Amino acid sequence: MDILQYEFIRNALIAAILVSVTCGIIGTYVVIKRIVFIGGGISHAAFGGIGLGYLLGINPIIATIPFSILAALGIGTIGKKSEFGEDTAIGIVWAVGMALGVIFIALSPGYAPDLFSYLFGSILAVTSFDLIIMLILNVIIILTVILFHKEFLAISFDEEFSEVVGVPTKTMYLLLLCLVALSVVVLIRAVGVILVIALLTIPAAISRRFTHNIKNLMLLSIFIAIVLTITGLYLSYIFDLPSGATIVLILGIGFLLSSLFEYSIST
Amino acid sequence: MKKIVSIKNLWVYFNNIPVLEDINLSIRQNDFLALIGPNGGGKTTLLKVILGLIRPDRGEVEVFGKNPEEGRKLIGYLPQYTHFDPNFPISVLEVVLMGRYRGLIRSYSREDVETALNALDTVGMLEFKDWQIGKLSGGQVQRVLVARAIAREPKLLLLDEPTASIDPEMQKSFYELLLNLKKRMAIVLVTHDIGVISTYVEKIACLNRRLFYHGPREAGLKKLEEVYKCPIELIAHGVPHRVLERHEKK
Repeated sequence: MDILQYEFIRNALIAAILVSVTCGIIGTYVVIKRIVFIGGGISHAAFGGIGLGYLLGINPIIATIPFSILAALGIGTIGKKSEFGEDTAIGIVWAVGMALGVIFIALSPGYAPDLFSYLFGSILAVTSFDLIIMLILNVIIILTVILFHKEFLAISFDEEFSEVVGVPTKTMYLLLLCLVALSVVVLIRAVGVILVIALLTIPAAISRRFTHNIKNLMLLSIFIAIVLTITGLYLSYIFDLPSGATIVLILGIGFLLSSLFEYSIST
Repeated sequence: MKKIVSIKNLWVYFNNIPVLEDINLSIRQNDFLALIGPNGGGKTTLLKVILGLIRPDRGEVEVFGKNPEEGRKLIGYLPQYTHFDPNFPISVLEVVLMGRYRGLIRSYSREDVETALNALDTVGMLEFKDWQIGKLSGGQVQRVLVARAIAREPKLLLLDEPTASIDPEMQKSFYELLLNLKKRMAIVLVTHDIGVISTYVEKIACLNRRLFYHGPREAGLKKLEEVYKCPIELIAHGVPHRVLERHEKK
């Protein structure tokens, strides 16, 4: 494997593993709690953070952290008000976040050369600094899930009963959305804000065909994500295709194959 | 007998429209009470007020001598609908363990698992403990959700239309289960099933925004027609009149 001699390839591989851990864990909650489009809303709104990063001259990934957390809290708070509903909240935050990003970039001096990579990802351009941020966010995500897995499972299964037995359901829901926000930040480097939703859903959607235990579901999702993202990464390198889009297509093909597999064993 | 729930002059509004008007109701230790009334009559709302899920606009609610948020620790609850994805990755035992929830960070102890297993045994579902919840039938799911409610070791069990989704043969054994639980806790049951009321429960409360009747079932059944403002067969699924007639002959 002579391609491993390049530092950017090694970084990309490490990034693929960090990305897979994130989307395996948080993607599981996103899929079982059916908040895929909340994830989509947060990731698009996160574009505002990228624009803010350009405007202030700081690393766009850093600027995205508070921005995506605010987007998550916004969707969570507006969505729980009965007069609006979740889909309205998603629509508002999604578009306003992106619009802010466009305005911030327009106000920034000069032009934004690698803007496209934040929209559609460029895992081959991941720096060591990016890796450190991704690692720290992963540690935060894992520790939070270890501490609150009981609550997250309870509110995902039956929110009303959870409230009755004393789970602080609103706080836990917002905390879960904040974890989705942090995972969006981790995933942006790999596939960009627009394609993040694929990593949050497809590995978990494939895995849930094979297990009904949430811990195994997370572990299997991580494994499947590693295999598919590295396959996508490798193919994009060989055929000189955009890495983010190739990874997403491989994820899609993986889902299709798992469907065919399930269909063939059920008949 | 000791009052465990005391509701005084309760009013609840949704969007300025009253759904509960001036309700006065006491639930006592060892009560087996059926809460009946037409759809939209406020039965579920009343249960949710007792559970502290809905705040009253006026009036007082005491649950085990405390406010509902505090007092509900001693309540077991079976919601009217528990919608879940049939593929949801959770086992029967994990569902029942939720009834043992005692607070953040605290993980379930061996005692919690024992209590959950006992609850499953009580409802006759112990052998299914490792099954994924979506693999069970509607009646079996209801039993598991009752186990989840009684795993809290409650003094009051609130059941919101527990038999609506299960077939008639299963219903009978479900009510036998309730008779068994009644020895340990007060039970309040929201139901449309007149057959049940005449066979199993001791008291009824008729609710249609206002509380029209609360007391022993014999006298209450005669008042049913007045509450529903329509002939009785509408609520007596499959057994129109028969039950009522049997009562009158007594």
